[in-house]
Parts: sequence; C-alpha cells; structure tokens
Amino acid sequence: MNETTPLVPVHVISGFLGAGKTTLLKSVLASEAFGDSAVLINEFGDVGLDDRLLGEIAEDAVLLSSGCVCCTIRGELSEALRRLLSRRQDGEIPAFKRIVLETTGLADPGPIASTITADPVLRHHLRPGTNLTLVDALNAVDSRAQHPVWEAQVAVADKLVISKADLVEEDTLAGLEAMLDTINPAAQRLGAEALRQPSDELFASGPHLQRFTPGQVKSWLGPWRKPPQHDPDHLGDIRSFRLGLEGEVDWTCLGIWLSMLLNRHGSDILRVKGVLHVQGDDRPVVLHGVQHTIHPPEHVEAWPSDDRRSELIFITRDIDAERVTQSLATFMDKVSDHPSPRILHA
Amino acid sequence: MCGLCGALGGESHWSTNIEDPEQAHFARRRARAYRVTLINRVLAPRRITIEDFQAASFVLATATGKREIVQDLGGVWLQAERMGGHELDPLDPAFLASLG
Repeated sequence: MNETTPLVPVHVISGFLGAGKTTLLKSVLASEAFGDSAVLINEFGDVGLDDRLLGEIAEDAVLLSSGCVCCTIRGELSEALRRLLSRRQDGEIPAFKRIVLETTGLADPGPIASTITADPVLRHHLRPGTNLTLVDALNAVDSRAQHPVWEAQVAVADKLVISKADLVEEDTLAGLEAMLDTINPAAQRLGAEALRQPSDELFASGPHLQRFTPGQVKSWLGPWRKPPQHDPDHLGDIRSFRLGLEGEVDWTCLGIWLSMLLNRHGSDILRVKGVLHVQGDDRPVVLHGVQHTIHPPEHVEAWPSDDRRSELIFITRDIDAERVTQSLATFMDKVSDHPSPRILHA
Repeated sequence: MCGLCGALGGESHWSTNIEDPEQAHFARRRARAYRVTLINRVLAPRRITIEDFQAASFVLATATGKREIVQDLGGVWLQAERMGGHELDPLDPAFLASLG
C-alpha cells in the first residue's frame, strides 16, 4: 500500500455521443478550482484547450501476451499517460494534481482503470479516480436500445449527471431516473449546475481515499436508491444488488473467489464495490472494481460506529443476487479455514 | 530478486494490497502460504496443484507432470483452465459441489 507518495488521480468523463462531455470539459477548464489539471481527450472537439491540451489518444485495446484477462489495456492511453508524467518530470509542463480524461462517446470506460493498474510504471504514479458519466435525457432510451456500451458507461459511474433535462417532459425525466436507479443505484447524482459551474464535488470521493473520515466509509458506497420492482422493460438484463455480510470476512478466501468470478464473468460484472470487515483487522477495507479490474483495496481509518457489517454492491449483466450469494456462501464454507459470515442480499 | 533464477520478487495482484508493509516479511509469507493452501483446495478436484515459487510467482502442475509458471492470482485461473481442460466457474453448481 502506498501511504506516503500521493498518487495522481485519473478522473474519467464518460457519456454517449452528444451527452455534453465537451461542454463539461470546457466548464472544468474555465474553473479556477481545476486550474491544476492535465487533460487528455480522445478526439479534438471545438473546445479551446490551448496549452492544456496535452495529448490525443486513439482507441487501441490490446490483450497482453500473458493472456490474463485482467490485463486488457489501452496501449495508446498508457503511452500518453507516461508521456505526460515524463514531461512533468522534465519541467516541460507545470505540475498537476489530477488528470481529467474525456473518452469518446462510444468507449467503454472499464479498461481505463486496468490500463493504470496493470502498467508497471503508471501504477506507481497514478490511480484510477472518479468515473463521471453524463446521460443525455433526450436520447437516453434510444442510445440504450441501440448501443450496449451506454449501459456500461452508466454502470461504471461513481457520479451521474443528466444533461438536457430541461428539454424533456417530467414523465420522461422520471422514467430516465428510474432506469438509472435500476442500472446503478449506488451512483451519486449531480444536478445540472454541475455542468455549468463545476465544483470540487465533481471529482470528490474517488474510490481510493485513504483519508476517508469514518463517517464517509458507508456513504462512499453510494445512496443506493431502491430500484423499482422488477420490470423487464426497465431492467433489461442489468441486475444491481447489495450483499450484507455479518461476521468477519476471510480476505484471502474472498480474494480467491472474486478473482475466479472475474476470470470467468468479468465482462458481465460491470461493477463491484464494498466495505469489508476483514478478519483480524480493526480497520474497514474498501474494495472497488470495474469489470475485470479490481482497484488496489485500501484500509480506511476506522469504522463509523459499532455496525461493522460488511457490504458488497454488484452491478451485473444477467447474473442475479441468488447465484452470487449461493456461490460466495458455499465457497467460503468449503474453502476457508475460518467461520463464514452470514450473507444476506437486498 | 532471487539470486539463482533472477525472478523478480513481489506480487502486484490487488488481493495482496492490504497486507501491512510494516510486518511485510513474516505476515506476507504467512498470507501467501495460506493463499496457496486455499487455491490447492479449489484445484484439487481437477487434479491440479499449485506451489509457491520463490515468493515471486506460482507453479501449477497437473497429475501428468505438466508444469506452468504464473505470476499472480489473476493468471492462475486461466492457466489452470487451460491445463485442466475445464472451466473453473464459481457460479456453476457442479463446480461448487466438487469443492471439499
């Protein structure tokens, strides 16, 4: 665990074509709060990035020859990030506190995290930051129907912003919000003002905050709006559920189970995040993953109260809570040397 | 680094990230040994074994003597599937039934 060297977060602005990513980026760059940001974009837009335009990234997904599916990386992104660090080191560009990456509208942001965590250089300097996804209220339903990547963009979001909300009827907006609740009930929802006047809140509370106060531990898991009752039209094949684990968790056993699950079903585990009471450890451990990639888990200072129940949140494609619960419970019961926690799902 | 084979030490898999660097040596060795024990339980029905190699990687072996080296937990399952010829799916009731 890296407690002394501050790792630079790489925040990701994602969203389907026309959702307003460039507009948001323009606001971010105009804001004094984000003056010390380096920016990477996939494609040139009409936004004036002047000297802060530090690189252009082409889509380039490669599978490392070792064959580990956790190591799907985007080579061009990796090179662009390395170049950025080198130029900062050489004094060619000012020091920056964060990197903001705008993806193309058709990109799945999932592999960005693995690009950082799998790279032997980048992982010592950078960490995955906050995933912010913009959702176009006008075109959300059509985009979702025609492009599966839309769901992936929503599912990986730590924060969701609905754009063009003022251009649709209230009913349409309510329907969209219900749809977002089914796909990613744990994401924090930001209002339209986040687009016009972005504040520190925009990228706050990324997944790797060792400086969490105890009170932030559970809230980091997100608001968890109760998804509507099962409605196939709304839900499609996306499932989101929360597991509660009563009792200490055998971290080694959980890690083995989760790594097996991701090996076989990683592309259908759109998101997993959790706060865990690990055996023999007084401090909570936060766990966060997107598809095949689990970000380096970290300790948080302390539990907020006597309630030390572990929680795991899953967003999956066509994998339901019963299967996961049954699998984890059986696996821990049969494999671990220690008593298994009682697992409940909501 | 191992002086004999030149293997670089240290795991970078996420599952090793919460181990305490203050007591790195002993605690990590113990955690690694426990990890190997548990993986062996999982692989036993497939007649595949795993051994620690210089605390830097793992060696998977089949009953027929085929051996492959893998760097970390992320690579174990894919390689074990290749060697055993079967998927290792923790959501598969048959796989769960085969454990222990």
